[in-house]
Amino acid sequence: MAVLNAPARGAPRRRRERWTPYLLIAPAGLLVAVFLLYPIGSVVYYSLYDYNVIKPWSNGFVGLGNYVTMFEDSQFWRSLVFTAQWVVVEVGLQLVFGLALALVINETFVGRAIARALAFAPWAVSGVLTTTIWLLMYSPTTGIGRYLADAGIGTYGTSPLAEAGSAFWAAVVAELWRGIPFFAILILADLQSISRDLYESAEVDGAGRFRRFWSITLPHLRTAIIISTLLRAVWEFNNVDLLYTLTGGGPGNATTTLPLYVARMAIDAKEFGYGSALTMAGFVILALFSVTYLWLVRVGRDQNS
Amino acid sequence: MTTTAAPPAATSVPPVTPRVGRTRGRERDPRRTPRWAIYVPLAVYLLFTLVPFYWILLFAFRETGSTSLFPWPLTLEHFSTVWNGAGFSVFFQNSVVIAVLTVFFSTAIALLGGYAMARFSFRGKGLFMVLMLCTQFIPGAMMLIPLFDIFRATFLINSLWSIVVADTVFHLPLSLMLMAGFIRNIPIELEEAAWIDGCGRLRGFLATVLPLLRPGIVAISSFAFISSWNNFLFALMFLNSQDKFTVPVGLSYMLGEYSVDFGALAAGGVVAVVPVVLVFAYIQRYLVQGLSAGAVKG
Repeated sequence: MAVLNAPARGAPRRRRERWTPYLLIAPAGLLVAVFLLYPIGSVVYYSLYDYNVIKPWSNGFVGLGNYVTMFEDSQFWRSLVFTAQWVVVEVGLQLVFGLALALVINETFVGRAIARALAFAPWAVSGVLTTTIWLLMYSPTTGIGRYLADAGIGTYGTSPLAEAGSAFWAAVVAELWRGIPFFAILILADLQSISRDLYESAEVDGAGRFRRFWSITLPHLRTAIIISTLLRAVWEFNNVDLLYTLTGGGPGNATTTLPLYVARMAIDAKEFGYGSALTMAGFVILALFSVTYLWLVRVGRDQNS
Repeated sequence: MTTTAAPPAATSVPPVTPRVGRTRGRERDPRRTPRWAIYVPLAVYLLFTLVPFYWILLFAFRETGSTSLFPWPLTLEHFSTVWNGAGFSVFFQNSVVIAVLTVFFSTAIALLGGYAMARFSFRGKGLFMVLMLCTQFIPGAMMLIPLFDIFRATFLINSLWSIVVADTVFHLPLSLMLMAGFIRNIPIELEEAAWIDGCGRLRGFLATVLPLLRPGIVAISSFAFISSWNNFLFALMFLNSQDKFTVPVGLSYMLGEYSVDFGALAAGGVVAVVPVVLVFAYIQRYLVQGLSAGAVKG
């Protein structure tokens, strides 16, 4: 059979083409090495220097000075707390609503194709555009709130972006708007791979709707949920565009995540040395998070089986 | 003819089974999800999704000073304001140049690498795969400083090429993994048949794999286009004169003005969203398989 043929067929060709795969991956490997791996190394180096592009006279080696500054910087610690809050709330809500949306769209109903296209559309919208749209929605002069107040519902108020507490939820809703489709898309793909037979035999055994969801759907979705929450958590951690443009990290730095703090150090303050030290902190957190998360998942699985 | 590759799927098979319409019996099936349980949550969710889209269209097409909830009478004055006055014609052109070059380079390089990953087994393959996966975790914001330094040393600051390079590198790993998946799905027997007919690796690939790969290439290019079109931080950091700005950067400057012209802002937003919506409409049927191939199955 095919198994017997396979090694014999490719063998002479394989010897001749020993270097071909390396040549083929060389462009990709080279680009990634030069523009992703080397920069990570250079961040380590810069983090030991005072390095400001617009104040070159004070540049020089400072040893661990930037790290000392960082540990004493209350804004750094506040940004860590806010980052955790942002990631947990965003990923949690996106997962719940994304799962619900995927379950609904997985049903057969009239208008399914068009509903799916419309529901997933915000996935393609950029962070800056999301800001543009939601700024129009939130503004006291152009927003929904003003029209509701015109109609006698609620009061003419201020923008929810003006206060720290409401600014957080305003940003959360805007990000949910374009984040839910990501989960829905990934979970829907996995839902479609569940065999109908499983549900049918469960029905024969008398399992109700929730029982079927709990015992068939959720266990099947396990891997997809784990991987998509991990990817999304990293993505929301890294997400700077929306917060940079919508709240600018404010009011009063209340919505500044660590990567946003880094971006503002780099773009606005041009403090490359201190920015690099903050970047190192970000890398350590990302690495710890990923390892811990995958470890927790593995522990959970071992206990289950 | 040197190649005798058979078409992969018979396209001329007539539909044998007639489409089963909804029968009365199924309507009354108690096991079927009740319709309200589908349409009510769906309607609520679509309201949440579509009202913001409607809002930006409303402000873009409505006359200044009007408070109507319908953009009537329609006006295009805001579009001429952003296109000519605010410089969006230049920003749009820059965004198109960057996106087209990024799509070309990332897809071409992904095609080479993806073929190697799909069709060869070689020492270091696993390592390369892990490397590609790990790069997905690297935040763009954290690469701003070191990339700025590289581009400054190579005199690419304020050049569109800096963005092309950065976007290509950041999108390449995903394109490559998707491409490897698409190539793996094409039976190797087709290529082997071409080799038996005397084709080399390249000719066999061009004759058998490439034509079947077209949907995959379109999907991968579309993902790269959307990611490049939407990129903001790199363009904000590496481009500093107004004639080099991209659409998102131009939009962000309008957002930052003290007295925002909401009509013009909304029109700018519509200009920014039209290309991605067109591409999205085309690829949304590949979206489910495309994203999951890249993100779930690795």
